[in-house]
Amino acid sequence: MIGISYTLFKNLNYNKYIYSALECEDMQLIQTNEVQETLDQLIGKELYLHLETTNGAYANHNNESVLTVNAYIRNGKVTPLSGKIMGSGPYRVGLKIELGWIYAEGLTHWEIDSEGRLLMAGHDAEGRLAVALQLSSSPFDV
Amino acid sequence: MDDHLLVIFPHPDDEAFGVSGTIAQHTKKGLPVTYICLTLGQMGRNMGNPPFATRESLSLIRQKELEDACAAVGIQDLRQFGFRDKTVEFEDEKFLADQFLAVIDEVKPTRIITFYPGYSVHPDHEATARAVVRAVGSMPEMDRPELLCVAFAKNSEADLGAPHVVTDISDVFEEKMNCIKAHRSQTQWLVDSVDKDPAMLAWVKNERFWRYPF
Ligand SMILES: [Zn+2]
Repeated sequence: MIGISYTLFKNLNYNKYIYSALECEDMQLIQTNEVQETLDQLIGKELYLHLETTNGAYANHNNESVLTVNAYIRNGKVTPLSGKIMGSGPYRVGLKIELGWIYAEGLTHWEIDSEGRLLMAGHDAEGRLAVALQLSSSPFDV
Repeated sequence: MDDHLLVIFPHPDDEAFGVSGTIAQHTKKGLPVTYICLTLGQMGRNMGNPPFATRESLSLIRQKELEDACAAVGIQDLRQFGFRDKTVEFEDEKFLADQFLAVIDEVKPTRIITFYPGYSVHPDHEATARAVVRAVGSMPEMDRPELLCVAFAKNSEADLGAPHVVTDISDVFEEKMNCIKAHRSQTQWLVDSVDKDPAMLAWVKNERFWRYPF
């Protein structure tokens, strides 16, 4: 899907409305039953985790009363024992692992990309990523 | 000797807002520009609504945008250093400075443009700026290129005074806007506001630099 999006993207003029044509190639609004089925298939597998939350590097620059907050883990190695998606949107996902938990709140969109990776993210009204939880059977690029 | 301009920034699009007019004026005279871009801006937040990118596809998109942006202002020598967005400050500063020195030694720039350390807000900007200052500062005084810095922290003018160099880039406004537009995933808001807001238009038409005092 990345490949298709990228080819389309290369041929596009600068027009935000054209971006919407790419929507079907990228992330979709979360359908909990589909995400749950995907999570179920990942149980017991050795996976690579990308977990991130951010309010943007300029959060405090833009509004001094706001704390700039960012955290991410890229390529944590995990084996989920169970996993659930909860809520009525935006959604929460919790994954039980041997010694603890993986948790993300605020998820709005999801995709299984061309490499078979489960990508979930929460975007605000301006389309800015605020949280991401991704699982892959091979390491993410660094 | 060719009047070679070396631009060093951590993110694709760092060059667009404040420097691309100066770059376009330079290349229009047939003079060489080298652009060192440290990362791909992989951790950018703008994914679109509805989303057009994911955390994983953003790097591919921004790679193409960077190449288009360079073409828009005539940059023929783009050096991508392959660091990861948001991690530059955790790299060894001397290692970074040495990589910059190798390029400085090769292209022998008369002028370098980067961020102003302490006044560039993003940790990657600050780390890049510190390493550039370290690199240039380690050179014998007579060999040092001029170091011009972009500052945009709120206290920049209060602390540093008025910019030392203000360049009117009206003659290459179209090239500059094409450079900004090339970074389309990140710059929609800016293009919109330039169209609507005269103050923003004036801001884009002038580029401001502070000379780094060694
Ligand atoms: Zn930047």
